[in-house]
Amino acid sequence: MFGKLDWSAIPFDQPIPIITSIVLILMILGLLGLVTVKGWWPYLWREWITSVDHKRIGIMYCLLGVVMLIRGFADAIMMRTQQAVAIHSPGYLEPEHYNQIFSAHGTIMIFFAAMPLVIGFMNFVTPLQLGVRDVAFPTLNSVSFWLTASGALLVNISLFIGEFARTGWLPYPPLSETTYSPGVGVDYYLWAVQIAGVGTLMTGINFVTTVLKMRCPGMSYLRMPMFCWTTLSSSLLIVAVFPILTATLAMLSLDRVFGWHYFTNEAGGNPMMFMNLIWAWGHPEVYILVLPAFGIFSEVFSTFSGKPLFGYRSMVAATLFICVMSLMVWLHHFFTMGAGPAVNTFFGIASSVIAVGTGVKIYNWIFTMYGGRVRLTVPMLWSLGFIFTFVIGGLTGVLLAIPPADFITHNSMFLVAHFHNVIIGGVVFALFAGLDYWFPKAFGFRLHEGWGKAAFWFSLLGFWVTFAPLYILGIQGMTRRLQHVNIDAWEPMLWISVAGVALTTLGAICQVTMLVVSILDRDKRRDVTGDPWDGRSLEWATASPPPFFNFAVLPNVEGEEAYWNIKLKAIESQQLAPEPEYREFEMPVNSPVGFYTAAFASLTGFALIWHIWWLAALGLVAAFAGFVVFAWRDVHEFHVPVEEVARAERARRAARKALLEQMAREGSPS
Amino acid sequence: MQPLNGMETHMKIRGFPAVRAAFMPGRSIQGRGRLAFCLVPLLLTGCTKSILDPVGPVGADAANILILATVIMLAIVIPTILLAFWMAWRYRASNQKAEYLPYWSYSGRIEAVVWSIPILTIIFIGGVIWIGSYRLDPFRPLPSAQPPLEVQVVSLDWKWLFIYPEQGIATVNRLVVPAGRPVHFSITSASVFNVFFVPRMGSMIYAMPGMVSQLNLQTDREIVLLGQSSHFSGDGFSDMQFEVNSVTGPAFDAWVQTAHASGTVLDRAAYTQLAKQSQKVAPVSYGAIDPGLFQAIADQTIPPAPGPEPENPSHAGREKTPAGRQ
Repeated sequence: MFGKLDWSAIPFDQPIPIITSIVLILMILGLLGLVTVKGWWPYLWREWITSVDHKRIGIMYCLLGVVMLIRGFADAIMMRTQQAVAIHSPGYLEPEHYNQIFSAHGTIMIFFAAMPLVIGFMNFVTPLQLGVRDVAFPTLNSVSFWLTASGALLVNISLFIGEFARTGWLPYPPLSETTYSPGVGVDYYLWAVQIAGVGTLMTGINFVTTVLKMRCPGMSYLRMPMFCWTTLSSSLLIVAVFPILTATLAMLSLDRVFGWHYFTNEAGGNPMMFMNLIWAWGHPEVYILVLPAFGIFSEVFSTFSGKPLFGYRSMVAATLFICVMSLMVWLHHFFTMGAGPAVNTFFGIASSVIAVGTGVKIYNWIFTMYGGRVRLTVPMLWSLGFIFTFVIGGLTGVLLAIPPADFITHNSMFLVAHFHNVIIGGVVFALFAGLDYWFPKAFGFRLHEGWGKAAFWFSLLGFWVTFAPLYILGIQGMTRRLQHVNIDAWEPMLWISVAGVALTTLGAICQVTMLVVSILDRDKRRDVTGDPWDGRSLEWATASPPPFFNFAVLPNVEGEEAYWNIKLKAIESQQLAPEPEYREFEMPVNSPVGFYTAAFASLTGFALIWHIWWLAALGLVAAFAGFVVFAWRDVHEFHVPVEEVARAERARRAARKALLEQMAREGSPS
Repeated sequence: MQPLNGMETHMKIRGFPAVRAAFMPGRSIQGRGRLAFCLVPLLLTGCTKSILDPVGPVGADAANILILATVIMLAIVIPTILLAFWMAWRYRASNQKAEYLPYWSYSGRIEAVVWSIPILTIIFIGGVIWIGSYRLDPFRPLPSAQPPLEVQVVSLDWKWLFIYPEQGIATVNRLVVPAGRPVHFSITSASVFNVFFVPRMGSMIYAMPGMVSQLNLQTDREIVLLGQSSHFSGDGFSDMQFEVNSVTGPAFDAWVQTAHASGTVLDRAAYTQLAKQSQKVAPVSYGAIDPGLFQAIADQTIPPAPGPEPENPSHAGREKTPAGRQ
């Protein structure tokens, strides 16, 4: 009846997961209780859960990403402390638990923290920057989000029921085959990532279509802000490589469930095939994450230097160059499998050639500041910290791309330090910069500057104190994923790294404090004009937070830096553009289909993990039924009345007019 | 390729005379390069007992390439970082003396330079990659007057089996090699992926089931080294380490004799027992071996090693096993 599931699935004998689970369950129950008591369900259901508004979905993606970031960070704290205390001793985490933790840490950080945050920003920002009212497929967007959330849910359930993978974040066979991993851990990994992966693929399709087909009048390709270009590149990569991931994991699932032999030791299976396929997805994946991060930095450098981005066309070329090249370098993840010098040379050079694209970008950001008026705000600090951190990560990356150097550093702590160097220094710093930059747009008030700066300095320092020792440990020959350490010489660096984790934790506390302080103080921090940073692209041309329809009238773009040009005209003529004629338009209606589908997808995933076949079939049929009902809907859209549009727009214009008059009195800043 | 006469010949990176002239005039690349590397404050303590302190030609070459490439790139990276900070400081909003060019966003000359710098660097690094990949191809025999010692390596859950086919002996978790003589490793796995890595000897290579990879290494003095697996392979991975004893030629021969005298035989039955999961295995020697054993493991005539034997075969998904703990 319940497949492999029985009471022994719950780890009553292991205090850490069971206590964590109980605390988490109590917290969730408390939260649900609060929502019920306060009567917030109708609001949540109407305005968020069933919302197809790209801004709401973007915010929900970010919220999911932040929650999972905290979970992944908790794993990181345990890993670093375990290694530091487990010198010639077992430490406090048994191998079976420790191995789950590092596997979960990688899986969570990539699939359920970094991806949702990056996609959240793509969702929130791209349609606004393109000057349109929504993405190409709003309901599909909601389905994407909820499927990602469903994957995250399965990963977290594994803490309480059963176990998570003990194979590393990429389950290399034959270790991940049933012979060597008979438990459900790998199955949790497979189905969580499969379900979330489908959501990501649909996001990719959605955003390729949105950027290609949904731009406002006059927004030609070479007038799009850099962030839109990076969204396009990243989405193209998603469409190109996520099917590879899905197919690879499906093959591994067939091996595990039906005893097939794609990647097994026996019967003609070939584990090498898995390495090739998974990295054919895995390497582009890091560019899927980092390209939108580059887009965020481009916006930040340009806005806070008070100048257009230097070498815009060069930046576009470099972005597309990276996008294409990223598909040709996967083998550098296993130079040490003995591919031979010709193959290694090709992939080594191809990998380092990517550094040309990123190098050009770095110089263009630097020259964007040239001749500018650089405001050292929180987003700008993150961006400068990024340049410092990322070029060093790039340096160690090129070292690892040199096969003979990789032969002595592969899979070592040096490698661990390298990819955290580029993912934290590149992606995470960008996300924090973007959080501070677009937060006023999303919520209508600015974040506290002092706490933001404190968070930046602690995080930057914490990053280097954590990972510089890992570089050194790698040079000392320490390999990754050790549950305990037999070499005394490695102990000092491990402890310095723990100190770095403590600093990073302070950074995280500052971030949370910044949010809390800002929310409590929100009335003093209101952004009334919709343009708190003197921005240059169209998201600043509407109110903060934007009305659900984004723009009362779609903007007409007449050059690069669409909003900057509008503002220049207004300042020159000392008046706003004449009030346009407001027209009625349609917006998509909310739909519960995303939530519904994901609920049954979670059920199906859970059933497949535990081999509860009847439940899996039931879940699939129910999810499909939801899709059929949605396809047969009669009402797609609703009319937004002219009066509502005009009211929202006139309020914004009044604020802008007041600002213009104030600037006329005090003298224009630019 | 000239024959190996001590370390000196291998300390030089042949093929990069210009680089050598530029960075290491008149000195061995290793001493100078290591100094340069130590100047990087982050890596201050990286100088002892590390891959930058190699004990053989392969490790020395690889370490040199690592240092050389770092130096080449630091020459670009440090000025770039300084330029970024200078730019932000010079053009800070409060500095009204700096010129403000609100429309300046293109310069063909600067564009040409910013594309050229990374391209030239990568052409340089590309040369290092190309030459280095061929020179340090792990499968390539090392130049030496002496024939290489053959060692067959099998990664097991979770220990290393070393078979000396010419000597007819085998060891577990202990590798004894004669200093100054090349060693040719044939590497396979009986279960899951592992990586054979002796950090201070040089290159690592994967041990993969059903496949045989090759590795040529050499030590140049008597020393005891740490060997390990560099690819996660399961619960016993952390103790999948072995001792490497590099001894003189006569001492090696004497050790072989002692091993022969130990009497235990590694036949198929003993191997089947050994292949079961176990952790923290103390070094063992076998005085005689089944000569076809390695081939049979590699082509899987002997079936792959079993995985964990769960305490409760109808377990609820949680893999609770002793997993070879002793």
